[in-house]
Amino acid sequence: MYNKRSGFLTFMVTAGLAFLYIPMILLVIYSFNKSKLVPVWGGWSTRWYSVLFQSEDVWEAVSLSLKIAVVNATFATILGTLAGLAMVRFGRFRGRTLFGGMLVAPLVMPEVITGLSLLVLFISLNQIIGWPAERGFTTITIAHITFSLAYVAVIIQARLTGMGETLEEAALDLGAKPFRVLTDITVPRLAPGMVAGWLLAFTLSLDDLVIASFVTGPGANTLPILIFSRIRLGLRPDINALATIIILFVAICVAIAALIMYQQQKRIERDEQIANQEVL
Amino acid sequence: MAGEPTASETPWLDQDAKPFICIKGVTKKFGEFIAVNNVDLDIYQGELFCLLGGSGCGKTTLLRMLAGFETPTSGQILIDGIDMSNVPPYERPTNMMFQSYALFPHMTVEKNVAFGLKQDKVPNDEITDRVHDILKLVELQDFKKRKPQQLSGGQRQRVALARALVKEPKLLLLDEPLAALDKKLREQTQFELANIQEQVGITFVVVTHDQEEAMTLSSRIAVMDKGQFMQTGTPTEIYEFPESRFVADFIGSANIVEGKITEDNADHVRVSTDLGEIYIDHGQSTKEGSRVWVAIRPEKVHLSKKPPSKKGPNQAEGMVDDIGYLGNTSIYKIRLKNDRIIDVTAPNQIRPKSRTHQITWEDKVYLGWDASSAMLLKK
Amino acid sequence: MTETSYSNDSISSSTQLLRQVMRRLQAGWRTIVILIPFLWLLIFFLTPFFIVAKISVAEVVIASPPFTKMIEWTDSGIMTVRLVFDNFLYILNDSLYSSTYINSLKISITSTILCLLIGYPIAYGIVRSGPLAKKLLLFAIILPFWTSFLLRVYAWMGLLADQGTINNLLISLGLIDEPIRMLYTEFAVYVGIVYTYMPFMILPLYANMEKLDGALNEAAADLGSKPTNTFFKVTLPLTMPGVIAGALLVFIPATGEYVIPDLLGGGNVNMIGRILYNEFARNVDWPVASAVAIVLLFLLVLPMAVYQHYQGKATEEQ
Repeated sequence: MYNKRSGFLTFMVTAGLAFLYIPMILLVIYSFNKSKLVPVWGGWSTRWYSVLFQSEDVWEAVSLSLKIAVVNATFATILGTLAGLAMVRFGRFRGRTLFGGMLVAPLVMPEVITGLSLLVLFISLNQIIGWPAERGFTTITIAHITFSLAYVAVIIQARLTGMGETLEEAALDLGAKPFRVLTDITVPRLAPGMVAGWLLAFTLSLDDLVIASFVTGPGANTLPILIFSRIRLGLRPDINALATIIILFVAICVAIAALIMYQQQKRIERDEQIANQEVL
Repeated sequence: MAGEPTASETPWLDQDAKPFICIKGVTKKFGEFIAVNNVDLDIYQGELFCLLGGSGCGKTTLLRMLAGFETPTSGQILIDGIDMSNVPPYERPTNMMFQSYALFPHMTVEKNVAFGLKQDKVPNDEITDRVHDILKLVELQDFKKRKPQQLSGGQRQRVALARALVKEPKLLLLDEPLAALDKKLREQTQFELANIQEQVGITFVVVTHDQEEAMTLSSRIAVMDKGQFMQTGTPTEIYEFPESRFVADFIGSANIVEGKITEDNADHVRVSTDLGEIYIDHGQSTKEGSRVWVAIRPEKVHLSKKPPSKKGPNQAEGMVDDIGYLGNTSIYKIRLKNDRIIDVTAPNQIRPKSRTHQITWEDKVYLGWDASSAMLLKK
Repeated sequence: MTETSYSNDSISSSTQLLRQVMRRLQAGWRTIVILIPFLWLLIFFLTPFFIVAKISVAEVVIASPPFTKMIEWTDSGIMTVRLVFDNFLYILNDSLYSSTYINSLKISITSTILCLLIGYPIAYGIVRSGPLAKKLLLFAIILPFWTSFLLRVYAWMGLLADQGTINNLLISLGLIDEPIRMLYTEFAVYVGIVYTYMPFMILPLYANMEKLDGALNEAAADLGSKPTNTFFKVTLPLTMPGVIAGALLVFIPATGEYVIPDLLGGGNVNMIGRILYNEFARNVDWPVASAVAIVLLFLLVLPMAVYQHYQGKATEEQ
């Protein structure tokens, strides 16, 4: 093949992957370091894991972060799906350009600006209508929904454009009312996109530090806020342990996802085989 | 180049003619898969040679080896006497017209055509002149400022041809040159392409899966299957004298029946088959009693409602099972007594008076063919 | 069915009415579908910017919130609007702010170029791989997205520290005697940005290159162009949309980056995101901080608009 990978490109890909993964591998290795000084090796130990598990504020932060992530992902998926439908399937409507702009802007807006403007909004609202009374779970969740829904909308829009409208037209032709078509045809076909959107929104929420830091109030520490406050002062072995657990968790999720995809692929292949047999 | 007085019209029959391209024992493997299996081929100066075959038969791989995009696993390719083994594509005296045309979308027609000349450091004035001339040849001089996206399929095809031709290569390779065009345009372009080839006198090697295209275009055709040549010859040879069931069936259509040689003489052969006794008026060195196949082209079978005046070989009778009316001709599916279906095509020379045809469903009909029509196949 | 022989004026008018009601209802749910996300974004995304813009033209007062109102109703019922552009003048004249803006731009532009130089061959290498390898490699590039951004930055703290892995390795190899100071320098910030934003560069490049017809390279070679020439004359111009998208996806967030300069740059590297955050966190001068944010937004409006334009074109092409 003329279009094959040259030696230089292979080197770059390998080096790139090493660059991406070596730091994380080291992070994991040093979580088992006995020494209190992270980069100085003092033998294998799991003591930092027990330190981590005994730390109550870590667990509080984890549970707050998970709560926010689940609520955020659910709302963001609903809102993002509606927004995607509006953009792709509803043709022209008044304010479409503004709407489209507001859907893309959160993707490229620097976090500090989104964060501080939401903070200012919450303070102003508090002064005008007395809500939100205090900042914490609610304000962080609202802030997360606002940027997550834009990501979900991107996925939904891509899937809707990819799907085309033939099946919807077929349903209309067979006598289904537009609303019925939406609930019985479009939404089921969108389901994989919605699942992907939910997972993305969930991850984005768990990962966010800057926006949450702006809109949080006293006492409401999400996991990234807690981690940040600790590592600002330097390396800490218990954070390495926490990082290892997070990486392990992600790895397990990825493995499950890969397994599901593999099985789906198998099913498709088997279906094709059956179809071919019937032809013969 | 084209008008060399001594050049024979059929150089491949000339013992002394020197082939322009020599493919010697070329094999190409992709992992375990053998795409091209030990092929030998000579192509002569000025030929329009077609590689014909279904998808995956190795024709494109062979073409890409000529262009230099693939290296043979073993064997050798010589162009004009020079071994091409270590010559990269950008130094070969060949140019290619790609199936997708591969026109550079960010360049105008003019720039696309000039691209190859610029690589050769041709002076700018000369580039301008040559691009102008070639665009005139393909009748695109008014479109030179357009981008490929702003052209129709037929125009893009001609840009691709012009871009490859402008470098005046020793050999032009065309990968399915007409596949992307619609039927009418394709038929028209077939003749244009052959005309252009005659004008410029460059040797063309065309890859195609379309037998009609191969028949109209080429001086010679190589029919390929599973990485090997099944038969090489002029269009007439391939169609009228196929050497195997594969070729007989692949080119055009044929009724093929199995049979046994009952009589084998110098000037005729008799074969006993499902279709009755078949008499062929030319000899074929086979053994009596050996298993052979006989192929009869549908258009070579006569169809009649009247029984033949005298009984003999090359006759059969049956019932019209189905008719396919194509306008100029009709295809009749004739069911014989032994349930065998024989295809017959007949031209619709007489316009039917009553809007119904003379021969229709369920009619009893008699088939017959000339002693020269049946083709004896040994494999 | 309804319009059989019975059909007279009253029936046909009532069916017409029914149809109208149905149409209204249908139009109704469509409106709801649009309105819910629209209102959400209007309230929680657009309005806040106007409030920030408003604060940026207010004056500091010692109160909560610490800024004056823009619109005030005086006793006589006359609305007075107070716009104070002092904050913007202050930012422009203050060497701390202006040098921070310049520094931010310098760092984000340099990192974008570095990402491009490293990411382009990686993306090209992935496109040129076999079908299975392509899938796996792409997956490997996306995977770090799903782990914590913060922890990926933290990983580099361990690598770059004076007592960190790199220094330890270099010393044990005998290449250096004294640890090289890397953490809490601008160098560390570059490493951090390139590391965390690399996938943002690779993915759009990959998507763009993947669409390229491989025959174009072959056509160029066939016409006598050597590989290097083909790259600059064919491949690079045709992958420019991917280069632009990737560059903006790195440049925009990197300019406003807060976490990386804070963790890897320590107090030694000033970037505008960090100043903004600290300004707000210390709760001192909100009008000036808002003005800083507005200026940052204006710096990024052009690149963001360019990106949106390309995004729009890409979706239309689909």
